[in-house]
Amino acid sequence: MSYSNIAVRKFDAVIVGAGGAGLRAAIQLSESGLKVAVLSKVFPTRSHTVAAQGGVSASLGNSEPDHWTWHMYDTVKGSDWLGDQDAIEFMCRKAPEVVVELEHFGMPFDRTDEGKIYQRPFGGHMSNFGEKPVRRACAAADRTGHAMLHALYQRNVRARTQFFVEWMALDLIRDAEGHVLGVSALEMETGEVSIFHAKATIFATGGAGRIFASSTNAFINTGDGLGMAARAGIPLEDMEFWQFHPTGVAGAGVLITEGVRGEGGILRNASGERFMERYAPNAKDLASRDVVSRAMTTEINEGRGCGPNKDFVLLDITHLPPETIMKRLPGIREISIQFAGVDPIKAPIPVVPTCHYQMGGIPTNYKGQVVVPVGDEPNVPVPGFYAAGECACASVHGANRLGTNSLLDLLVFGKASGETVVEDLKQMPAEHRSLPADAIERTRERLERLDARSGGESEYETRLALQRVMQAHCGVFRFKDKLAEGVEKILEVEQRVGKVAIKDKSKVWNTARVEALELDNLIEVAKATMISANARLESRGAHVRDDAPDTAERPNGRNDTEWLKHTLWSRDGNSLAYKPVKLEPLTVESIALKTRSY
Amino acid sequence: MRSDGAPTLHHDDLNRLRWRCTRRAFLELDLLLGEFLDQRFNGLTEEQARAFAVLADLDDHELWPLVNGSQTCDDPQQAAVLAMLRESRENPA
Repeated sequence: MSYSNIAVRKFDAVIVGAGGAGLRAAIQLSESGLKVAVLSKVFPTRSHTVAAQGGVSASLGNSEPDHWTWHMYDTVKGSDWLGDQDAIEFMCRKAPEVVVELEHFGMPFDRTDEGKIYQRPFGGHMSNFGEKPVRRACAAADRTGHAMLHALYQRNVRARTQFFVEWMALDLIRDAEGHVLGVSALEMETGEVSIFHAKATIFATGGAGRIFASSTNAFINTGDGLGMAARAGIPLEDMEFWQFHPTGVAGAGVLITEGVRGEGGILRNASGERFMERYAPNAKDLASRDVVSRAMTTEINEGRGCGPNKDFVLLDITHLPPETIMKRLPGIREISIQFAGVDPIKAPIPVVPTCHYQMGGIPTNYKGQVVVPVGDEPNVPVPGFYAAGECACASVHGANRLGTNSLLDLLVFGKASGETVVEDLKQMPAEHRSLPADAIERTRERLERLDARSGGESEYETRLALQRVMQAHCGVFRFKDKLAEGVEKILEVEQRVGKVAIKDKSKVWNTARVEALELDNLIEVAKATMISANARLESRGAHVRDDAPDTAERPNGRNDTEWLKHTLWSRDGNSLAYKPVKLEPLTVESIALKTRSY
Repeated sequence: MRSDGAPTLHHDDLNRLRWRCTRRAFLELDLLLGEFLDQRFNGLTEEQARAFAVLADLDDHELWPLVNGSQTCDDPQQAAVLAMLRESRENPA
């Protein structure tokens, strides 16, 4: 296949990804009269934002007094003080504005009797700086993400945003001065590659939860934006921080809610022992998520897991009367039959701690500009490059995300990145900067490698190996030796990724080629995660190490003296650098460090 | 259509369908539709294959209640395919 006559399509701005962040950014640009292209691997309303159920947080105070400074406090505490307080202030202050704006876009929020947006309580949402729970989550039943995405999409249709559906962005294009000039992209229907030449490029590609064997993330979440950024020399920030849920169906990742343990479900190891009695004698199976996840991981790591690979434990409700299961847990029974192949009335459900959300990502400031260290300055904007949503690290989630802040992140930073592009473009010359002669070289090399190789590694087997290494060595509870071994193993997997061969060499709808290109992105995220986690010698938020335990000197294993800093992993040499956490908010006093406890 | 009535999708159409079955918003549907395509699709009649393609084009919030049985489907061909979809997981090939 020849890649010599590449079409060049010129836009003011190109947005990669059409989930919540991409669509919110696109509204800002299109309504400003700019010529915008939005690229998406799927139809926009198929984006993973649709799966978000819980809600979006904003201190509207519709049901009881609330204030953005209380929301800010909860977010900083949730982040275990790794979040940047300027970005967190910006997000929490903007929350009421973006939520009301979304309502005006047609979002069908649940209502109070007075017609205001209904707000429900949510874990970690507190009034008066941690005093008591407050109702701050705005929702549309259990379909908040779905309703949000449809409202944003319709608004884009009105603004005549141009969508390129079932296109996969392949590589970021930068010139010799480091300016970002757009992306190369593959149209799946034709197999043709084009250059999207733009003055501004916004990445809104979502997370990369598919690096783990057990993940709640849909298959689409392959970290494409992170892979492209890493290959173009942009470091990835705080990639060691991933949120996990204790009970996903082993092998599938589909969530089993905590309600099952609430109804009397018991976790058992290979010998049938109720192991939580040893780890949490009082709360047992109802201990908090992190305690349960760590206990499960310890059982598996010490050889007491179940199945041929001893890599899961069992969630047992067979002692409950069948009528109780049918009445109170019908959805869970259905999921268990469908995804674990067992009827939980007759047999226990195989479960493992399961990856859910990525806190790290492409480093940005609160304006959505991608920032990198230059000399002594840690946060210098990369001209023409912006990012928002789960693929970005602003950093508002720090070491652990507060529930409902993910949808808020999409709205606030999607809008902010769009606003910043509009302002930055006013300062730029009318003409696009010239594309470098080697604009397509990286993409050409990747595609020609797949076209030419007749034999090599299987994409499917290599992806599986990557996911298994990440799950076994860098899961919810981390061990020094396992991490060190994991670094070696993931670098071995990287060698295999470089040798992947595909049998199908056709152009049109070649899904094997697309999956191999996705794997190029997954491996960058996996390396960043493993290497960053191996290096961070403390426990903080979602990064919990066995060798950094809870002590009187270091509560929860957190070490602010040495580790109150952001990690920056670079693909070149797998090198690590660090930059300070921004402890100074924009207008209010800093929220002082203290032990995180609930 | 083959003489036995089974669908004869061209490489491009089958791969397009595969992409739309395995890159969805819900992990549950990625898993279910992808496996069905691999294991059962070739056993469908032409009409059932068309019904499956129509179902695969639904939004996830429309399709998931039909798949998990909390809503019923009025179209007989689609209802038959949905029953096969559920059965394929309960009794894997």
